[in-house]
Amino acid sequence: MNNTIKLNVNGKEHHVNVAQDTPLLYVLRNELQLNGPKFGCGLQQCGACMVIKDGESVLSCRLPIAAVAKSKIRTLEGLADESGKLHRVQQAFVDEQAAQCGYCLNGLIMASVALLEKNKKPSDAEIRKKLATNICRCGVHSRVIKAVKKAATKS
Amino acid sequence: MGSTRRDFIKQIGYVSIGFSMMGTTCIAGNNYFDAKLQNTLDKDRINAWLQILENGKIRIFTGKIELGQGIRVAVMQMAAEELNTDPNLIEVHIAETGITPDEGFTAGSHSIESSAVSIRNAAASAREIILKIASQKWDTPVSQLWLKDGKVMGPQKEMTLYELLEGRQIEKNVEKVSEYKGKTIRKFVGQPIQRKDIEAMVRGHQVFVQDLRFPNMVHGRVVRPPSYTSNLISVDEAEIKKLPGFLKLVRKGSFVGVLAKEEYQAVKLMVKGKQVTTWNSPENLPASFDLKDHIKSLPADIEIHETKGDAEASLEQSKTRLSASFYKPYIMHAANGPSCAVALFKDAKLYVWSHCQGAYPLRRTLAKLLKMAEDDVQVKGVPGSGCFGHNGANDVATEAALMAIEYPERHVRLQWTREDEHGWEPYGTAMIVDLQAGLDDKGKINGWQCNLWSDGHSNRPNGNPNTLLPAQFLEENYGSPGIGYRGGAVRNAAPYYIIPNLKIQSHIFQGPLRASSLRSLGTYTNVWAIESFMDELAHKANKDPLEFRLLHSEDERAITCMQKLKANLASVSISEGEGLGYAFSRYKNTTSYCAMAAQVLIDRSKGRLQVKKMWAVVDAGETINPDGLRNQMEGGMIQSASWALKEEVRFDAKHVTSLDWNTYPILRFPDTPEVEVEIIDRVDQPPMGAGEAAQAPATSAIVNAIFNATGIRIRRLPVNSDLFKI
Repeated sequence: MNNTIKLNVNGKEHHVNVAQDTPLLYVLRNELQLNGPKFGCGLQQCGACMVIKDGESVLSCRLPIAAVAKSKIRTLEGLADESGKLHRVQQAFVDEQAAQCGYCLNGLIMASVALLEKNKKPSDAEIRKKLATNICRCGVHSRVIKAVKKAATKS
Repeated sequence: MGSTRRDFIKQIGYVSIGFSMMGTTCIAGNNYFDAKLQNTLDKDRINAWLQILENGKIRIFTGKIELGQGIRVAVMQMAAEELNTDPNLIEVHIAETGITPDEGFTAGSHSIESSAVSIRNAAASAREIILKIASQKWDTPVSQLWLKDGKVMGPQKEMTLYELLEGRQIEKNVEKVSEYKGKTIRKFVGQPIQRKDIEAMVRGHQVFVQDLRFPNMVHGRVVRPPSYTSNLISVDEAEIKKLPGFLKLVRKGSFVGVLAKEEYQAVKLMVKGKQVTTWNSPENLPASFDLKDHIKSLPADIEIHETKGDAEASLEQSKTRLSASFYKPYIMHAANGPSCAVALFKDAKLYVWSHCQGAYPLRRTLAKLLKMAEDDVQVKGVPGSGCFGHNGANDVATEAALMAIEYPERHVRLQWTREDEHGWEPYGTAMIVDLQAGLDDKGKINGWQCNLWSDGHSNRPNGNPNTLLPAQFLEENYGSPGIGYRGGAVRNAAPYYIIPNLKIQSHIFQGPLRASSLRSLGTYTNVWAIESFMDELAHKANKDPLEFRLLHSEDERAITCMQKLKANLASVSISEGEGLGYAFSRYKNTTSYCAMAAQVLIDRSKGRLQVKKMWAVVDAGETINPDGLRNQMEGGMIQSASWALKEEVRFDAKHVTSLDWNTYPILRFPDTPEVEVEIIDRVDQPPMGAGEAAQAPATSAIVNAIFNATGIRIRRLPVNSDLFKI
């Protein structure tokens, strides 16, 4: 049974017609055609699907759409400014070439943005702790830590 | 077709999502290619690799796929250099049947050695031909002409390559040329040029096969059986049909798939499907045995791989003898993004979008399985999540194809679940390496004997349908894929050291779990065993472990790597509870050299181990992109640390039980080591890949560091911290 649900994503209001228990991830990817949030496990174990909900990084793969109707959601696509200039965290990931396959990038960037919004100068340990939710199989961890530290210097 | 063409012309990252050429029927394709630019597939011809476009750009074709290893930027650099053209004017088209040359599989760290070098040769040949044509046209000596940014230049003259060639392509053969600019000028080659796809990724552009969307696309899921040998008894279709969005239940033998309008509806159909199917599932996996004992008890095909001198006699004569047995469990690829594919069956033709490592091999195998002509099957390579070998990519593509045939005219997107990927991919096999060695009076190795036990290391699909997972569940009996390629087991089994008497023997078994190629194949276990043993022998001979290796080395490049590593570590001091370990290997004993060190910190009261830092020195011949090479090395070091410390595929009598990130943990951010890589760039040597060079030495250095800190040898992976807990 589908319902029309109101959703605020990247500052815009959307009305989507899906079942209430549909996880946010599926709505973002399929109804809103966003590529940022990724399906990684569907079990809240890997961080690929991360988005920022009301300022907190959250996993979207099991979060029912009905539960976020009153929230403000930010995705990877909402980070660059209107002119297309990358967010400092995105830019730092490009500068450090902090990717191999890049499948985990969405989660790592969203978690890092959420971290830097609360903690302007995180230590290595704080960065590592924050990113503990995120799986990276290619092993770009050391580059990612460098990228987050670099982004922190640009605040 | 006009109404949908727009969607197909869209770019995903740097790949067009539509098929490039479909003859006259452009159903899933686009007009992205001008018909007159249709290229040859003959690898001897220049235009199989390179085309001059009307818009001033140059298009490069590689038969390899981008797997995160950065092949796109490497081939672009090769072409940019030889044609003296801004990399932004070069487009790269990755593996696609009928469009790119058939370069087999993207595997074995071979993309640089094969594809990038082919493209260098083609571009250099093209340059010489272009200059000759311009020379004739302008009646000017070649020595006064040069190329720049897609143009040919001369005294007060310039012309685009497209104009010069009058729209034709260079159909001549690739020839040896007198100068490779990549070896002399190195304006682009050897430089850390950034990958363009990383910006596309951070912006959330369509990059991955998982991101493909087509009009009216439908979504599939597979109702996975309980075990490898399950037979379907019944499925209550009526129960599944009741759910919203139901489109079709695809049942073929014991293969069950569901199709729905929306993706999450397909998830629900799959969940319901699992509840309303009954199976006959024999419980025949050897769960009650220690796998190490079990694999030695299996029937084995025994072969002597290499002998030199008389290993047995020399061992008997040696005063100091050592023996040790090393065991590595099944390890999985565990792609971060589960495998995914899109398939379309239309007008008796099949189109498949896949992140497989071999577009042509998959086409051959699919055509055979589906009893179709190869020309009626098109496979387009689209990047997926990093695979590190043969994972579920081909399987999901086959399953999507089976479902698309049952639901024609619509794009069918099939996304594997995490459980599908963890539980059904072909793993890197468990292995045992038993070593014996003897030292002479001077503390040098006199004799060496190796017996190794392994399953085959490659069951890739290449015309053999039984290698595709769903084939095992169809009505037609395709038989077992068997052991597959046994050569992977003995890769690096012979030490790359001077040893006068040597015998290497392999025992190849068929193990209980599905197995195929995982990063570095048998090298990982063989080198781990050799390098642990070298460390142990050095200790026995009372020699410094690096000096002991140098004492047994004669290859100057190997020696240089080890000496540089030693110099780099000169100022590193270790504190209480810490240990330093070393390792060396030359991948395949013929390609990249890698010397490695690891520093560990061990809290014995808590049984806690931390790999603090790792250092590598790599010689991969001529470096094409130092940052790409460094990235591959760093990733290999961290992934290897994860294998060593965490990873083991577990199973019960019915099936694999490592089905998610909790039951198959890998190293995460709080525990990953700091990594440092030094590159020895040898411009005069051929370039080599390094995607697998770090894998074995990294684990070896870690276990040797554990010994250095605790005096305890690690003979079984993953490292059991109970061993050093006091």
